[in-house]
Amino acid sequence: MMWELIQANKRKSIFIFIGMGLLLILIGFTFGSFYSPENGGFFGIFLALILWGILSMVSYFAGSKILLAVSGAKEVTQEVHPQLYNVVEEMRIAANLPHQPKIYIIADAAPNAFATGIKPENSAIAVTAGLLGTLNRDELQGVVAHEMSHILNRDILVMTFAGMMLGAITLMAEVFARSLWFGGGSRYKSKSSDRGGQAQLIIMILAIALAILGPIMAQLLYFAISRKREYLADASAVRLTRYPDGLASALEKISGTNLDLKTANKVTAPMYIINPLKKKGMQISNLSSTHPPISERIKILRSMSQGVNYANYQNAFNSVKGKTSGLIPQSGLTDSSVIGLRTSDLSQTSFETDKQVKREVGDLMMKLNDFVFINCTCGVKIKVPPDYKNNSITCPKCGRIHNISK
Amino acid sequence: MVFFLIFIAIIVIVVLFFVSIYNSLIGLRNRVKNAWSQIDVQLKRRHDLIPNLLETVKGYMKHEREIMENITKYRSQAMDANTVGDKAAAEGMLSGALGQLRVQVENYPDLKANQNFLALQEELTSTENKISFARQAYNDQVLFFNNKIQMFPSNIVAGMFSFKEEEFFEIEDQTEKAVPKVSFN
Repeated sequence: MMWELIQANKRKSIFIFIGMGLLLILIGFTFGSFYSPENGGFFGIFLALILWGILSMVSYFAGSKILLAVSGAKEVTQEVHPQLYNVVEEMRIAANLPHQPKIYIIADAAPNAFATGIKPENSAIAVTAGLLGTLNRDELQGVVAHEMSHILNRDILVMTFAGMMLGAITLMAEVFARSLWFGGGSRYKSKSSDRGGQAQLIIMILAIALAILGPIMAQLLYFAISRKREYLADASAVRLTRYPDGLASALEKISGTNLDLKTANKVTAPMYIINPLKKKGMQISNLSSTHPPISERIKILRSMSQGVNYANYQNAFNSVKGKTSGLIPQSGLTDSSVIGLRTSDLSQTSFETDKQVKREVGDLMMKLNDFVFINCTCGVKIKVPPDYKNNSITCPKCGRIHNISK
Repeated sequence: MVFFLIFIAIIVIVVLFFVSIYNSLIGLRNRVKNAWSQIDVQLKRRHDLIPNLLETVKGYMKHEREIMENITKYRSQAMDANTVGDKAAAEGMLSGALGQLRVQVENYPDLKANQNFLALQEELTSTENKISFARQAYNDQVLFFNNKIQMFPSNIVAGMFSFKEEEFFEIEDQTEKAVPKVSFN
């Protein structure tokens, strides 16, 4: 059942947390010994431990807030987008979580979404205005279910921690590399002893190798885990919505756009439902890509016709990949509850043109930026910018005067 | 003396084992209760939405009196139901009648353009989704709880403290079929 999957994920979280910490200590020791061979190593470890502690504290207490702020996400109430609010609540009920995640909207036209937090009680789901504009109800439900699965499976915890650690290791390596350029070498010239010099040289080579390899190793670990998580979240999302086609067509639509999300960067990229940095060549190597190929994810979802439990997803995964692999922990596969597929409950299919989508996205972004909307009786929608000073405004079409309540 | 200590130790271990099983059973039963209350909240929400919906629709749909009377009837039946089984049956009928209404709405373009109606429709769709997702979550919990009660060794503890199996919330096939699936592709 569900919480055996969660246990497996929690173990992995601890593993990545300790692994990253050890890497941090190793780097600290090597860099420390490089600068001062006698006891610099221990000083380096000491510094690394302090850094690790501070980072863990910051990640735990403010990690999700930092990530949301960096992404330019704004918390919204139900009135801004009732459908989004409803869909999030539906998925919370399906996941049987007691707390509703906070809802954030990012004012960006590129469709994307992510979830963050430490535990389900203080989690958040952020979607872009572009996502709300492009997707219909079923597709939005699929995306929200995917994010809810990240919350349910505690992926958010490991992503927050790993993201912070990755940031720190990259930073340390960068500081070290820079110090090498600016006179770091002068320290070991003063040593004259032959044996000391040799040891120094080995330490130096090790330090340089670590400076280069450390961040890459950290990133590979992070990516490998985050890729598997995407498949797992897809599997859980399908189980929650009972409608694989919704998520599949959402992924098709999201990957169909070539807009870049402006606020995303290398550290936050793995959080999103699909890689937000399309143009920056992150898909060059399969090994270092944060997300599995979208075409594969869609193919797996599209080939699920038997049912929607974890075993069904594993079967579809195997047949698409052409190999058997233990994607889903054994405990998840023994989940024998047969859940049938649902048909679309869309009672109104919106035939939206590109122009309408753009207008909807634009309106949403204005709402986020505190524009006031007034519907005039003549049918004109007046959008009042937040820096408009007067208390009333005249309709440009019919001349009616409206009061602005702020 | 040594044997006595071992004996005591075994008893303590067995008692602790039973206590942990008992606690997990209590935890599971609370999860079932919580899942049920989720369904209940949503069913109430639907009952509250229906008068609003009928009020909005009334002016437009003059020829669908039968459907509207059915909705009112099943709503009050559902509100009076006490057991899980009765409730499931009445709610199933209500879902069917609401589905019929939804089909008929297609014949009234003015109604479909009404903003108030559209907002109500989103609320109703969402509430129906929430009911079915809550039902799914509830049944998952009940299955898990019932399995635990039947399986060894937790069945011993369950028997000692008379834990009873919970009832699934099933909507009968017949009424499930009565909900027409609509698509406009």
